[in-house]
Amino acid sequence: MEKMTQDQVRTIANMLRKRSLWMIHYCTGCGAMELPPTMTSRYDMSRLGLAPFVTSRQADILLITGYLNVKTLRRVITVYEQMLDPKYVIGFGSCALNGGVYWDSYAVIKQLDRYIPADLYIAGCMPRPEAIITAFQDLMDLIDSGKADGYKRYKRDLAYYKENQRKVLG
Amino acid sequence: MVSTILIAICVPLLAFAIGLTFIMFKLKITARVQRRYGPPIIQPIYNLLKLLLKEDNISHGVIFSLGPIIALAGSILAVFFIPIPGLNLLTGSGDLIALLYIMAIGSLGMALGAGNTANPNASIGISRALTLMFGYDLPLVIIVISVILQYHTTNLADIVAAQANGHWTLWTLPLSAIVGFVVTYGALGEHPFDIITAPHEVATGPMVEYGGKHLGFLMINHMFHIYIEIALFVDLFLGGASNLFWFYIKMFGVFFIMMLCDEVFLRFKIDDAVRFFWKWPTVVALISLIIVLVK
Ligand code: SF4
Repeated sequence: MEKMTQDQVRTIANMLRKRSLWMIHYCTGCGAMELPPTMTSRYDMSRLGLAPFVTSRQADILLITGYLNVKTLRRVITVYEQMLDPKYVIGFGSCALNGGVYWDSYAVIKQLDRYIPADLYIAGCMPRPEAIITAFQDLMDLIDSGKADGYKRYKRDLAYYKENQRKVLG
Repeated sequence: MVSTILIAICVPLLAFAIGLTFIMFKLKITARVQRRYGPPIIQPIYNLLKLLLKEDNISHGVIFSLGPIIALAGSILAVFFIPIPGLNLLTGSGDLIALLYIMAIGSLGMALGAGNTANPNASIGISRALTLMFGYDLPLVIIVISVILQYHTTNLADIVAAQANGHWTLWTLPLSAIVGFVVTYGALGEHPFDIITAPHEVATGPMVEYGGKHLGFLMINHMFHIYIEIALFVDLFLGGASNLFWFYIKMFGVFFIMMLCDEVFLRFKIDDAVRFFWKWPTVVALISLIIVLVK
């Protein structure tokens, strides 16, 4: 009985969460350029309940917009750890996915998922606003079905993530 | 006794509901002015519930968590002092001057909480908030004095009653009313006076470290704040109202004009804002005071 009500509460909470997603976009790479049209009149992402926010404590989504060099990774990890659960990460563009054009660079990390748990990737160099909006809708579906559990994975596999982070950060 | 308890519960709920609908309209108005479709109309409810349902709630100490509660308590107390149609609540036991002091509790609660974080953005935000308050309080006090002199009473209920039958202060003291509008507008912290939360400069200022349910409480406090400021303006200058419907319509009219202003202005620097308040509104308020004294 108790478990049932807990499940119901979680379902309702997920329904609410997916309708109000506040994002902090860490403009690490060139992909950030596609965000202003997504936010403003042309594509108006606020239709979906998304809003840009400025501090890590208030945000729900962390958007890694493009290539992430090792120096920035340290800050990104801080920002990610400051965010409050439940939190979601979207890797943005092929650089976050597999290194993209920087695949052989010494200063850029290649796979975001090894350092912080990404819930979703957007492919493309750079992704169009339509792709970004579709990604947000996909993320909403994932949240609704309870599959966007990156923050739980981070807690569970903390040793793995910390090990990888230590390798590049030294 | 029972009715007293009922009133004590219903009036804050009413104020909260009015503030909530105003925020809903605000998002839509902003969107329409910017030629967007805008979020769904009940978006603020989603936001609020989401914040209250966050799993994590980080606290930086007791005072940090108490800050939003103090602010909220101050706002709810202020709500009781504002006469609404048909109900005069505590207006008998505290007057306009007491209300001015109680209205400051909200900002002070937030200052207390934000001061407890080590975040420099929060301290800058708070110093800006208090400086801005310092700025708009001077013209505010002058117009309040002129209204008190006009009606020979400090009791808000009597002031509202004296404006019955269309003798609004807006018509009898137009200069004070204009200053009152500017001051109310400044107190709401909309453009160009959104120096306190300025997301691009100080990352939402005092709220920078607040997240989860603390931020939820601050949002509720903001809704009360909107209600208090605009209801006070309506009571002082637009003659209150005979029933709730007209009260709401008048408040919404004021709020609508303010939202349209919000769309067209940029942001002041804090020193410019204080200089502005101490220049034009103060001079006009003084002229209005002299007119009342001579009359
Ligand atoms: S994927 Fe392309 S657009 Fe995005 S950061 Fe990499 S190079 Fe730039």
